Amino acid sequence: MTKRIVILGGGTGGTLTANRLHRHFRHHRSEHQPVEIVVVDQDNHHVYQPGLLFVPFGLAHQQEIVRPRHEQLHHDIEFVEAGIDRVDLQRDTVVLETGRELAYDVLVVATGTTLALDETEGLTGPGWNEKVFTFYDLAGATALEAALADFQGGRLVVNVVDMPIKCPVAPLEFCFLADWYFTERGIRDQVHITYATPLDGAFTKPVASAALGSLLEEKGIHMVTEFNTGEVSMDDVGGAGKLIGYDGREVPFELAVVVPLHNGAAYIGRSEGLGDDLNFVPTDQRTLQAKAKSNVFALGDATNVPTSKAGSVTHFEGEVLVDNIVRYLDHEPLDDSYDGHANCFIETGFGKALLIDFNYETEPLPGHFPAAVGMPLLKESRMNHLGKLMFQWVYWHALLQGRDIPGIGADMPRRGKNQPQTTEKETTR
Amino acid sequence: MSATTYAGVEVRLNDEGFFEDPTVWTPEMAVEMARADGITELTDQHWTVLDFMRKEFFEKGTGPTVRVLGKASGVSVKDLYQLFPKGPAKMAARLAGIPKPKGCI
Repeated sequence: MTKRIVILGGGTGGTLTANRLHRHFRHHRSEHQPVEIVVVDQDNHHVYQPGLLFVPFGLAHQQEIVRPRHEQLHHDIEFVEAGIDRVDLQRDTVVLETGRELAYDVLVVATGTTLALDETEGLTGPGWNEKVFTFYDLAGATALEAALADFQGGRLVVNVVDMPIKCPVAPLEFCFLADWYFTERGIRDQVHITYATPLDGAFTKPVASAALGSLLEEKGIHMVTEFNTGEVSMDDVGGAGKLIGYDGREVPFELAVVVPLHNGAAYIGRSEGLGDDLNFVPTDQRTLQAKAKSNVFALGDATNVPTSKAGSVTHFEGEVLVDNIVRYLDHEPLDDSYDGHANCFIETGFGKALLIDFNYETEPLPGHFPAAVGMPLLKESRMNHLGKLMFQWVYWHALLQGRDIPGIGADMPRRGKNQPQTTEKETTR
Repeated sequence: MSATTYAGVEVRLNDEGFFEDPTVWTPEMAVEMARADGITELTDQHWTVLDFMRKEFFEKGTGPTVRVLGKASGVSVKDLYQLFPKGPAKMAARLAGIPKPKGCI
């Protein structure tokens, strides 16, 4: 009898999982029962999300970073374009908004995050998409491009409302690129850039937090820490506004770039037993099996595993996840080897970038990647910037297709990293 | 690490003032700690939050973040900041005798 694997979400995680599974079952046809793979998404626009950062600065455009989802999937994989109403864990069935029901043998949740704009008072009120923007979706990033081009000087605030967010380094990259952008335009001395964060430093882990904090300082970017945004408010006259913290502190601005609160997808909240209070899926951090039921797996931004919400994480998770779906169907014990590996380029402006590489146990450290000779870690370089630019090609042609990328494996390499003298202390708030 | 006495019982604290052992905590200790922090009386709302913190910690192994508190404890984020002005997640965790909630990554 044919087994059906239903994958919810046709983004990075859903696409690479579908293609990897397809390849596995095609190559091992004789060893398994036939398998049918179905991918569900509410639309057919696959956005290369790392590209969103570049759109406001005119360095990337919509047509370069959006492609049809179904074209990224092997033609034997069924793509269903429909909203999801709920998952019925009891009946192993996904109910679509159209009323269609999809029964599954294995379910993969890969629906990422949803921006919760309405959970911050005043965020989408007066000034929204005029003085207050986000670059975390395509419409916002595109609208911000025009606003930045018109900006002649004043106070620019970049604000993270609260964690967790996708790509925790992106707001810092935005600050660095804004510094470069206004320098190029010759008005940097007329722009006051502030980074307001709920964390007690520039990043969540101490060594990287210190390095990135120094970089902000060098570039004349002011940092406001432990700032929990309660409200975004526009003044009645003059076109200025302010962020008001729950503790009463205020950060005034002429232009605000806000990274809103993130939740898991809304249907997860309608699916009894599947998600947590924020609609993320409680997931085993080593096997990627959901806590809800043994035939449910999750990867990428949709899970609650304690590592960054980032494409590299999703890519590394995909290897273990696909292996475990095969093991599950074969009634074999699951592989518990996912180590939380994340690998992120951090664009720092002026044609340079940093690279960080870390996992559940090891914080981002200086050194080289993937070994003693390689790309410099936690240090600005031209090579890292070129790596970041080249990555878009790798994304569409290798990563989404579920191919291994030479030299970049799922397990974090230890060689090449300089171990710190002191013990690691988690940055918290 | 240091030791101090709350409600007549010696308690070991880590460098940041959080309980080393959450099981030795008693409500009387919270009252005494709150007073030292300038909260003269712990109201029903305070207790709702402290009870929720402990329940979450023992179920999930970490205390909730402010967002989860605001969604699930029955007290709004705005009220949480009124109740625990030094930062709800951290301050309530300390008063509830549980470790500092882990920051998101």
